[in-house]
Amino acid sequence: MDISKRRFMQSAAAAAAFGAVPHASAQTPVREAAQAAAGGEHVQPLTLNVNGRPYVLALEPRVTLLDALREYLGLTGTKKGCDRGQCGACTVLVNGRRINSCLSLAVAHAGDEIVTIEGLARAGKLHAVQAAFVEQDAFQCGYCTPGQICSAVGLLAEAAAGAASGASADVRDLRPLALSDAEVRERMSGNICRCGAYPNIVAAVKKAGGAA
Amino acid sequence: MNSFSYVRVSDVESALREGGAAGSRFLGAGTNLLDLMKGGIERPQRLVDVTRLPLTAIEQLPDGGLRIGAMATNSDAANHPLVRTRYPLLSQALLAGASPQLRNMATVGGNLLQRTRCYYFYDSAFAQCNKRNPGSGCAALEGYNRIHAILGASDQCIAVHPSDMAVALAALDAVVRVRGPKGERAIPLGEFHRLPGDTPQRDTNLEHGELITAVELPASRFTKSTYLKIRDRASYAFALVSVAAALDMQGSTVRAARIALGGVAHKPWRAMQAEALLAGSALDTGLLRKAAAAAVEGAKPYRDNAFKVELARRAIVRAVQTAGGMA
Repeated sequence: MDISKRRFMQSAAAAAAFGAVPHASAQTPVREAAQAAAGGEHVQPLTLNVNGRPYVLALEPRVTLLDALREYLGLTGTKKGCDRGQCGACTVLVNGRRINSCLSLAVAHAGDEIVTIEGLARAGKLHAVQAAFVEQDAFQCGYCTPGQICSAVGLLAEAAAGAASGASADVRDLRPLALSDAEVRERMSGNICRCGAYPNIVAAVKKAGGAA
Repeated sequence: MNSFSYVRVSDVESALREGGAAGSRFLGAGTNLLDLMKGGIERPQRLVDVTRLPLTAIEQLPDGGLRIGAMATNSDAANHPLVRTRYPLLSQALLAGASPQLRNMATVGGNLLQRTRCYYFYDSAFAQCNKRNPGSGCAALEGYNRIHAILGASDQCIAVHPSDMAVALAALDAVVRVRGPKGERAIPLGEFHRLPGDTPQRDTNLEHGELITAVELPASRFTKSTYLKIRDRASYAFALVSVAAALDMQGSTVRAARIALGGVAHKPWRAMQAEALLAGSALDTGLLRKAAAAAVEGAKPYRDNAFKVELARRAIVRAVQTAGGMA
């Protein structure tokens, strides 16, 4: 457990830097902070595996995955927009698939592999989708961007696996298809951008997918 | 959200034991239930997480039909090769619903149990909602009722069922497999959801503690089909009107037709009269218009949704034409 403990302290330091752990001072390890904050009924021990690291927590079941990431782990890259599954700002990858973390309980994700925007870059090198968003200027205010990028990473995996979409001409055709603008727009429709950066987002997703 | 206890179950027996207790609710992905809990509309005391039950398989049945495990995600069901090639109508309907993220989470069983998106049901600031608070009245009757029912409603409730998947399942004569304290039973899709009548608080005929284990489809003879969804934006919106149309054709003659409507009633609405009119005849536009008119006979629109009657008629014509290769 020594390694885990060191990881709590690293997380606590990172979290404290952003001031995001509720009811916690900068010196408080994340685990204690979570217990202190989740002092209500039905608190359960829980290990979340996020970006390849285990985080041991004690949370009430009503804490969503989104709130666990932001408020208890200090991973504030994932954004809270509507908090009701309508905007996609909270999109993360769970076992390689994109989901809305706001409509999912943290406790339901024990044993899952969770990847957030903070976990996409490798050894200081941006993920291809991140690089494409920078290159294509695919954001304005940036608030929806972490969700857009995680969603696009999921989209590319789905497309590579031959998944159909509402824009597919014939779902009986099982061959992987080229990502046209219409396909990208349909497949990214779960992510709303209030600034309206859609044309550049479409360009970035196509670029990252090797289609442009 | 109210405080509740949570337990994850890994076998059906445990699920039935835990789910049967008073105050318990089954939790699928939670894409609708958690949303309702955030709004204070649902306040379960205990959630029994059934998403890890071994009910995710999608497999062919000996009679040529298909069984879809209740915990299969909407994405997995939509993309399974057997669904895409033999029941493309179901795949299309699934892909027309929600967003990719939500489909990656939502289960097939949960999709059937999602609740109406009536604004007055969702917003507890409105005192009147017979579905939320039986006996309180229906704010939608005199309110902004553009998205509401035109068929099968009552003066207690004019809400519509929001699922696209269920509309395709209604057209495909699906059967819902259920297990409960009293054993196992099979509920035809058409009898699974209820009309509001005097008990709009009950969406389905499922009893407390009963668990959906699978949805089964008969071998499909409807080789020509389409799902047409009309909504306020191009994607990621609930249907104003949708049509699942499936045809069994012999040459240019319709042997049998299946037509189900979404967005018009408290349950997926089978247009049996229209189906009967098409059976045995060649597909021509005049007959189709007659069938479409029959489908909405007796429709009762409210102040803001009269457009749905004409929209449903035209959508039926377009969907059947598309399915039959006429459009």
